[in-house]
Amino acid sequence: MEPQTTDRARSRRERRRGEDRRDRNWYIDKAVQALVFIGGISGILFIIGIFVFITKEGYGFIAETLDIGEFLTSPRWRPTSDHNPTYGALALIAGTTSVTGLAMLVSVPFSLGAAIYIGEFAKGRTRETLKILVELLAAIPSVVWGFIGLSIMNPLIIKTFNVPIGLNVLNSGLILGLMAAPIMTTIAEDALKAVPDTYREAAEALGATKWQVIYRVVLPAGKNGLVAAVLLGVGRGFGETMAVLMASGHSINLPTSVFDSVRALTATIAAELGETAVGSDHYRALFTLGILLFVVTFVINLTADLVVRGIRKK
Amino acid sequence: MFAPTELNHKNRRNQRLVRMLFLWMATMLIIPVVLILGILVYRGGPMISVDFLLTEPTNGMTAGGILPALVGTVWLVVVALLASVPIGIAAALYLSEYASDNWLTRIINLAIINLAGVPSIVHALFGVGAFVLFFRFGTSILAASLTLAVMTLPVVIVATKEALQSVPFAFREACWNMGATRWQTIRRVVLPNSVSGILTGVILEVSRTAGETAPIMFTGAAFFLPFLPQSVFDQTMAMSLHLFVISTQVPGVPEELPFGVALVLISMVLAMNALSIAFRTYLRGRKKW
Repeated sequence: MEPQTTDRARSRRERRRGEDRRDRNWYIDKAVQALVFIGGISGILFIIGIFVFITKEGYGFIAETLDIGEFLTSPRWRPTSDHNPTYGALALIAGTTSVTGLAMLVSVPFSLGAAIYIGEFAKGRTRETLKILVELLAAIPSVVWGFIGLSIMNPLIIKTFNVPIGLNVLNSGLILGLMAAPIMTTIAEDALKAVPDTYREAAEALGATKWQVIYRVVLPAGKNGLVAAVLLGVGRGFGETMAVLMASGHSINLPTSVFDSVRALTATIAAELGETAVGSDHYRALFTLGILLFVVTFVINLTADLVVRGIRKK
Repeated sequence: MFAPTELNHKNRRNQRLVRMLFLWMATMLIIPVVLILGILVYRGGPMISVDFLLTEPTNGMTAGGILPALVGTVWLVVVALLASVPIGIAAALYLSEYASDNWLTRIINLAIINLAGVPSIVHALFGVGAFVLFFRFGTSILAASLTLAVMTLPVVIVATKEALQSVPFAFREACWNMGATRWQTIRRVVLPNSVSGILTGVILEVSRTAGETAPIMFTGAAFFLPFLPQSVFDQTMAMSLHLFVISTQVPGVPEELPFGVALVLISMVLAMNALSIAFRTYLRGRKKW
């Protein structure tokens, strides 16, 4: 008993002294804390930086030249016209929306289905293998996807549906669906995993089958996480650039069928920025498209975050 | 009394049907990828040779190899890592070791999620506005790599944070009770126990960085440069942009050439990913606590 008390007393004494000691280690500790704090807020700084720098290049155009009404309602995107350049983004918005819409139509059921299989049915090695395959699917670069659309899907669509052009909404929608699937599967699976096992056990104890447990208990409980997963998938599709540029046909169109070629907002920037003079109207118009993309994806991500936070509060 | 009723049978049948349906859905995501990889290997495989990897493109990029693009991608990735790994680790250390659960932490997390969600082409616009024009780096490896670094920062932060948080809290408490400062604890206990997890994240970032195209298109990657870059202020070719250029911009490219380039690119990326996954699995098996 005796030595222990002395030990504790000594350590308490030393700790008290330690708090006041301003030696080299104390200063290093404070310096590191400051450095790490700067690193910590770097994410905020970069997001603000992105917004500031794209607005800096684009806002003069919004203020002086751009007719917002025309921008949002006219399908005529003719920034290079000599006499009368017009900046109507409607066709580009329609292009992005149609491709993303088709992608989600294809991809959401399969992604959620895959998430349910991985999260609720698969066990052990099968589960790990499926998760790794989904991860590898996410790793394929977007330019490779675009190339696949161009060189494999294009002839396939022409032959199967007997249409003149295979670079269209269908092609880029399918490609984009495959690209958005892994992120949705992963996040949806996380959402299912977050449902406490006690819920499942309670339902099973009442005699429910696995499917009844999933349908009546797990899915309703994980609903918000699934919504967030879909939202992030939409954000991914909305912002995808190279694959859409290469597989959508890149022609300005208000699509009426899945076999129409379209042009996306992202692809327009990628295709035209290289040909514009810094500071020209065209250049600033492209930054305006960038601002639109930034704002829309920001809102989508924010909504997803709020939806997820909603369940945590409950 | 406990004999299976008609309802039990029906339920069991449904159960089996549903299970098959979900398995089918999962495989439908996997099959196209396997097919695509198969086609890439089948058509691109014959292109690959030592010559292909180690010579320059010739005849207006319709023949020859891919050496400048390979070397360029290595430059871009290395410089991007030099910028993003220290910042990413610092950010993860702050979030995992210092931050309390308050509004600032919430905003930081939200910013990181958004940074990962901003379209790659918007990152490209940021790179042009900030690094190329404002900081006057011009179109150079430096500008392109910094753009890539900002874009892939969330990958490092998320992976590092996870690695740091997998170190049991008791390790830290033990160290603090010995009178160590916070930094001494991090340097001597937390980092050594999580370095391999951090490395997994870094490898994953390499794979992401190597495949990106849009952010480097206007910030430092060139369509065609017959020589290798000498410093970070040079422009460079890159594998991803090279694939885009020869499959869409150059007339008269033989059909198989882009398949070869795509195969090399995807092999690099998937090899890095596989390495990271293998590393992670190995670590999980070895963990002592």
